[in-house]
Parts: sequence; structure tokens; C-alpha cells
Amino acid sequence: MYPLVSQSLSLGYDGKLIINNLDLNIPEARITVFVGSNGCGKSTLLKSFARLLKPQQGSVLLDGEAIQKQSTRQVAKKLAILPQGPAAPEGLTVYQLVQQGRYPHQGWLQQWSEEDERVVNRALKSTDMHELMHRTVDSLSGGQRQRAWIAMTLAQDTNILLLDEPTTYLDLTHQIEILDLLYDLNERENKTIVMVLHDLNLACRYAHHIVAVNNRTVYTQGLPERVITEKTVKDVFHLDCHITQDPLFGTPMCIPHGKGRHVREKAKRTDKNSQDTYEAAVA
Amino acid sequence: MDKLLTFRTSLFSVQIHPGSLKINCLLILGTLVIAVLSLTTGSLWINPLEVITEIADPNKGQHTFVIETLRLPRVVLSFLVGGALAVSGLILQNLIRNPLASPDIIGVTSGASAAAVFFLSFLSGTLGTEWLPVAAIIGATITSLVIYLLAWRQGMSPIRLVLIGIGLAAGLGALTTFMIVLSPIATSMMAYVWLTGTVYGTDWQDVKALLPWILVLLPAAFLMARTINVQELGDQVAINLGVPLQQARFLLLAISVALAGAAVAYAGAIGFVGLIAPHIARQLVNRSFAALAPASMLIGGSLVIVADTIGRTAFLPLDVPAGVFVSAVGAPFFIYLLYRQHR
Repeated sequence: MYPLVSQSLSLGYDGKLIINNLDLNIPEARITVFVGSNGCGKSTLLKSFARLLKPQQGSVLLDGEAIQKQSTRQVAKKLAILPQGPAAPEGLTVYQLVQQGRYPHQGWLQQWSEEDERVVNRALKSTDMHELMHRTVDSLSGGQRQRAWIAMTLAQDTNILLLDEPTTYLDLTHQIEILDLLYDLNERENKTIVMVLHDLNLACRYAHHIVAVNNRTVYTQGLPERVITEKTVKDVFHLDCHITQDPLFGTPMCIPHGKGRHVREKAKRTDKNSQDTYEAAVA
Repeated sequence: MDKLLTFRTSLFSVQIHPGSLKINCLLILGTLVIAVLSLTTGSLWINPLEVITEIADPNKGQHTFVIETLRLPRVVLSFLVGGALAVSGLILQNLIRNPLASPDIIGVTSGASAAAVFFLSFLSGTLGTEWLPVAAIIGATITSLVIYLLAWRQGMSPIRLVLIGIGLAAGLGALTTFMIVLSPIATSMMAYVWLTGTVYGTDWQDVKALLPWILVLLPAAFLMARTINVQELGDQVAINLGVPLQQARFLLLAISVALAGAAVAYAGAIGFVGLIAPHIARQLVNRSFAALAPASMLIGGSLVIVADTIGRTAFLPLDVPAGVFVSAVGAPFFIYLLYRQHR
């Protein structure tokens, strides 16, 4: 069963074609990650899956029905997207932000039902933002802020969660923290997660299904250990690399060729040289 | 942070921020005090108690003419004008996500001004001055529509709206000045007073004409409160949450234009209220529109009442346009608040 499907989808801005005639199925209750070089259209593709961008041709089906034809409020109850680098207005607290996630479930009369309260509290708990809920969003660190926004999308209470580069601008510790959170959400609540990631190694570790976007279409897709090869990286990222196994997880790990200090073979000589220089300096 | 109060029945539920509720109640009280004080002052000083008994029972007092006919409509109109401009500015600032937005930006003030000056220069000979507000509203509406249409390119983006609005306002400003220079001295005096903003010579007719606008537009804005809150999070987040963005924006702009246009039509170009009242409100109550709108309205209304009271009493027998003192009272207070906030 595929909750999100694209059918001969073509996307573009201002007459420039970015995705051409693409058929793509997003597997249910799995983590799908889009990878590709800058400007390849992976974010554009993600946006079109969340009806933020109208297709030039073809369509996106959500639960088998064209997403553009469904009421935007109905879509908001099934699917949530966290855009890249969202900005909260100054002075907004975490709690106020997360509450906004309930918008599609509320009406003029029902503005704060018991269910709203329960779901918001659950979202705050599962993102570990409970203690920080009365802080303003602009006073938080990058990682906390991203967790607050994820909590808002969780408050939407949807089965599908789309995230556009959720780890950008975060240091490694917080990247792992966010990805672990998403991994848990998928494990515990069976959420279908689709995201764009830049780090190929982390993509391979967390994705059940990886989609490599290149040249206006999908170059290859599937299990990372099957599809991420030296040839894939060369063709998609135009990078020469060596693929090895992650020593901890066994998932594919990409080591780029290129320049840098070679310390492996030359280790001994370098040591000796520095010793010599040191002795010369002392003498 | 204060605790939140929740009210729930099977059909209805709402959450209230008690701090904001308290501030809004205090603001209502403050506005009433300001209104009564304004009614007492003038070339004839009337005891506040007398003012209150007079309003409670118009047949009893001795100052019926001064209060009921001269001062009260002027105070009420000042409040409505200030309140309408403040809420209009608040909606715009949220819509454009820029705290410097004000009704000037969407062409309301510049369009109304150009139309009003055109009317005073060329048409007031043939049509009576009671048509001046109509001319101003037409000018405001046409200008806002032109700005909106020029800013439209596969949807309306707020930043294009601002840029085009500033450009058009500059052009209309030039046109207005040109018309003033060309017209006879008496007309240009009237035009100047109108451009500064004044509630001089207000009667109950004006209040009756403006009130329906406010009574329709304010509840409309309130019904969109949640949408206003959500759209402040950015276009993509708003669409994600299920807001029909272009539709909502058009409606909000229309409400904002109509509020400001109606206010400007009856009191001239008192634009500054729309900029500062929402800012002051933001310092006092929490960020949700439902708390900000009444606070902005009360602050904007009080500001114009105070400005007009100073204007008509400080330089007797001169009646200085309220617009002068809106800026004179508002600007220092505004700077003080910003200073306090950044300390």
C-alpha cells in the first residue's frame, strides 16, 4: 500500500523543468529519504507531495486521490510537512507554536477540545519539549527549535510526516538527536516519514527506502545497502568515492576520494620528519 | 507564565490567557476614564461627575449642548477611528509579517489622500463636503486594488505588495502635493488639515455613518483570528496546516483596507495610529490575535481621543488637528516602549 504516489509528475518554476514525468511510490510506515546533489529537485519533489507546489503535469495521489482535488484542510489531517528553516514570530512560546498544529482539527466553536490538549501534550512529550514549553521559540538552541517545530507537525496528528532537510544548520549531536526522534516515531507509531537529507551516510543508516534524484527523475531507489554504490554516487553526486560498511551499523558508508592529508601509509615518515625538525629546533 | 483558563462544553471550547484578559479589562477602564476626562475639558470645564450624570440622563444636565452635541460625538468618532486604524494595522503587520507595516503601505492613506485633495480642489464647488468621505473611500479602494493586482503573480506575495505599495504611495504623494500647489489658498488649507487628520466638527451623522463599518468588520476579523495566527508562521506552514492561503489573504486585506479606508474617510490621514497601537498592544498582552485585537483597538482609540483633546484645548482658541498630536503623543511613548523592551 502506498499512501503517497506520483503519477507522470512534472514540476518546475518559471518555465524551467525540474522533475520530468516521474512515477514514484512512497511506502507506508517506512522512512523514505530523498538524496541528490544541490538543486536536483529533491526539495521541490517533497513540496509537491505536500501540495505546496502545483504540478505542471501529472498528479500526486494521497490515499489514492489527487491531492490538489482534496480540501486543503482534509489533507492537513492526513499529512504534515515541515519546510526547511521555518521561522516563528518573535516572542511566540513553544506551547503556542505547538498548539497551532491543531488548526485543521478546530473550528469557530471548538477552539480547544480535550483531544487538542491531549495531542499537544503528547507531541511535547515525544519530542522532549515538555520542560521548555513556556520558553519563547527564538530563545532556543537550533536543535531545540527544530524539535519544537517537529512537535507542531506532530500535533497535527497525521500518519504521514514530510520533512525538508530537518538537520540543516544543526551540529552532529543534534542531527543524530533529530533523526533518532524520527526513527522512534516511525518505530512506535508507524508513521510514514519522508525527508530530504544531505548526509548520505546518515541517510543510509536511517532510511528503509532511499530515493536518489538526478537529472529530473529518480536515478535509483530501494534499500540503501542495495542501491548506494560507487556508481550511484558517481552518477548522482558526480563524486568519486569508496563505499564501505559502517563499522557500527553495517549500513553503506561513503568515503569520498579527493584531496587531504594521507596519514595512513606515510605515518612513519611523517613521525620521523617531525622528530628531526624537533631535534633541529632544540639544537 | 500564567496558567491558561479553559472553558468547555460539548459544542464549544476555548482557551483564555488570564493575563491578557486582565490587561484588556484594564484597557477598557482606562479608555472610559480617558473618554470622560476628554468630555470634561475644553473652553468650558465641566465636572466629571456632571459629565457622567449628563450621559446617563441627557434631560437632567445643564450642559446638554456642549456634551451631547459638541464633545461626545467627537470623542466617540475619535475612538472608532483610532480603533479601526489600529486593528487594520494589526492585521496588516501579521499578514505581511513585518512590524513596520501600516495602513499607508497598502495604499489606503495615499489613495484616500489623493482622492480627498482632488475632491477639495476640483469637485467641492459642485458637490457638498458631505461627499468628501465617499471620495476618500473610493480613492482608498481603487489604490488598494491596483496595488493588489500589480502584486499578483501566481498568487500574491506580501513583499511585492509592500514594494509596489511604497512605489505607488510615493507617486500619489507627488500628485497630492501637485494638486495642493495648484489650488487656491483656502482649498490648500483644507487639504492640509485633512492630510494631517482631524475630527473637527464631528456630529452624530458621522458616527452613524462610520459605526456600521466597524460593527461588520471587527467581528469578521475576529472570525479569522485563528487563521491570522497561523499565517504568521509562514506561507508553507500555513498551507501545511490547511489554510486556503490566497483566499484568506484576500479576505484579510479586504478587511484591513475597509477598516482603514472607513476611518481615514471620516478623520483624514491619521496613519500613525495603525503603526504604533498594535506595537504597544504586543508589549502588553500575549501574541494571539484574539487578545491583540481588542487591546490594539482600545489603545488606538484612546490615543486619538487624547490627541484630539490636546489638539482642541492646548492652544485655545485654535483647534489643532488630532493627527499632529497622535504623532506627538504616540512617538515618544513608542520609543520609550522600544527602549524598555531592549534593556
